[in-house]
Amino acid sequence: MIHKKNILAAVVGVLLVAGVAPAVADDAPAATPTVNLGQPDVPLQPWSFGGVFGRYDQNQLRRGFQVFKEVCSTCHSANLMSFRNLDEDGGPAYSEAQVKALAATYQIADPSVKGGKRPGLPSDRWPAPFATEKEARDSNGGALPPDWSVLAKARGEERPLLNWIGDLFTVYQEGGPDYVHALMTGYHDTVPAGVTNADGTPFKLPDGKHYNDYFPGHAIGMPPPLTDGLVKYAKGADGSSVPLTVDQYSRDVSAFMMWMAEPGLDARKEAGFRVVVFLLLFAALMWLVKRKIWSNVEH
Amino acid sequence: MAEHTSSYTPSNGLEKWLDERLPLIRFSKEHLMDFPTPKNLNYWWTFGAILAMMLVIQIVTGIVLAMHFTPEATLAFNSVELIKRDVSGGRIIQAVHSTGASMFFVAVYIHIFRGLYFGSYKAPREVLWILGVLILLLMMAAAFFGYVLPWGQMSFWAATVITNIFASIPVIGDPLLSLLRGGFAVGNPTLNRFFSLHYLTPFIIAAVVVLHIWALHVPGNNNPVGVEVKSSRDILPFHPYYTMKDLFGIVVFLIPFAWLVFFAPDILGHSSNYEMANPLVTPPEIVPEWYFLPFYAILRSIDFPLLFIDSKLLGVIFFGGSILILFFVPWLDRSKVRSGTFRPLFQPFYWLFVLNFLMLMYLGSQSTTIWWVPILGKVGVVYYFAYFLIILPLLPRFEVTRPLPASISENVLRPAHT
Repeated sequence: MIHKKNILAAVVGVLLVAGVAPAVADDAPAATPTVNLGQPDVPLQPWSFGGVFGRYDQNQLRRGFQVFKEVCSTCHSANLMSFRNLDEDGGPAYSEAQVKALAATYQIADPSVKGGKRPGLPSDRWPAPFATEKEARDSNGGALPPDWSVLAKARGEERPLLNWIGDLFTVYQEGGPDYVHALMTGYHDTVPAGVTNADGTPFKLPDGKHYNDYFPGHAIGMPPPLTDGLVKYAKGADGSSVPLTVDQYSRDVSAFMMWMAEPGLDARKEAGFRVVVFLLLFAALMWLVKRKIWSNVEH
Repeated sequence: MAEHTSSYTPSNGLEKWLDERLPLIRFSKEHLMDFPTPKNLNYWWTFGAILAMMLVIQIVTGIVLAMHFTPEATLAFNSVELIKRDVSGGRIIQAVHSTGASMFFVAVYIHIFRGLYFGSYKAPREVLWILGVLILLLMMAAAFFGYVLPWGQMSFWAATVITNIFASIPVIGDPLLSLLRGGFAVGNPTLNRFFSLHYLTPFIIAAVVVLHIWALHVPGNNNPVGVEVKSSRDILPFHPYYTMKDLFGIVVFLIPFAWLVFFAPDILGHSSNYEMANPLVTPPEIVPEWYFLPFYAILRSIDFPLLFIDSKLLGVIFFGGSILILFFVPWLDRSKVRSGTFRPLFQPFYWLFVLNFLMLMYLGSQSTTIWWVPILGKVGVVYYFAYFLIILPLLPRFEVTRPLPASISENVLRPAHT
């Protein structure tokens, strides 16, 4: 009987601690972050490519590409993107002729030709703005502008457990674009009042850094890259236009980054819909066959 | 059940000729079609077939991926991206393989917890169970080697942290660490040998799976009431009854699998694995894949020394012990009654064990700087081991089990627990 009592007490103990501790933790002031300064949660944005039926918006990708080409690509490389990707389905989908003409405007380093440079071809990779990491750092105050190829998928917060379980059903995979949009729109000219370090001392921005709400530690090397009216979008065929604002540029360039990281998203989701519908119907048929076979068995 | 007589008669001269030399068709008929199976197996029993399918899927997709993968430290990361971008069907094949690893573990944990509930490890199925635990260990090795191959930040740092575990073993720790890494730090030699081992382990798994199925076919299946087969009224031939039931289970299992592959291929991974491995930059959090989290939580919870054992080694002992203890479950559980269905006192402890396992999984994903993580972790460790070392051996002394049905067919006609 002593054993039984002990066991029961242990179980009750486990249950109590398991139930109470997280509840207490929510109110505990001790649970302040110790490494990074508190960043606000990244707000979720509506993306055309979110969800089971999400697809890229071709016009948005073209606008995002324009922002990338005119602004971002002066510092950021995109080593895994080829010019030919720009005319593929599910992307900005320029015509082959447009891509050929675009590629030809770039000079590609090629030691096998006279002079070491030749005009670009659609099969060439997007040329990097700096030849070496050292050159890139020297031009950017010691910071290395990260390569863009899969950057949109390399960012994004870990989601709390309950959100994550929900994400399994809503297939939320847009943490990267959400973060990029928040980062682009999260700059401040000066450190906002009341920002402190983890130990309560006032936050001081290091020289050459810029204050950003969403960057881990707030001090980002990249100066605010976008300003209202910086990129001139062409009007749509029907005369429609989008606002020339930082917010709009950020959305467009985030979508473009996501496409660069996940160029086959449209085709993947399209195939997925067909596969899942097929499996559901197949499972229903299998169930009927199974039931028929088992109909003469008492079980 | 092993001594059921063969119903196979060769239908023509060629089959008769072959049957006298290599009775392959006879073997298949006996083991894939006629194999007598208890008629009351529920859907938890379909996970054996699901796991066999998952092994085949992982091997087939893995062989194709290996054709395009470059196991070299400066090229590996981009070669995985190029598989997704430029190889025909590569995006899907890669997603099936990486998501498949997770689904494999989903299925294996369900399979193991089914065995724990219905007492499938008890005599005469101890060897069957031991082979199963061996497969789990091999799967963990294969999954770990495989996770390192894309050579992202999390790959690299997981390899560093996990290989470091071996360094705390006395005497042989340091040489073992160098042997595993192929040097003093994780680098190109590590990637090369992990690729080689990642290609090897699935075939060892396949071989042990053959033994696992052999060991299943000698005593036959356990079943939800845990009463051995008594007469032909209790059984059905495997085909078509269980081939069909298993196939249905497989198709249902493929639905969430496909859902993740096509709609959320990255949801089970870490975003920092889309950054190329960089030995100079440590990611803010190094978190293993979800299927290692309960054991990782056990490792981290032991943050205190004991006698002459330092906390690091002690953690490793608990970490290793948490898996190795499974080998001894057939002898730790002293209950004569197999199925949890007839053990009223066992059931709450069992479900608490399941909850505890899930809690450890959650804790493994949380930072130890949160004050309740190490505390709850220790509680979880205590219950994990208490379940095997105290509850399973001692519970039968106090437990009054429910009356067992005389046979499977009697239970089918009048279920005892309703």
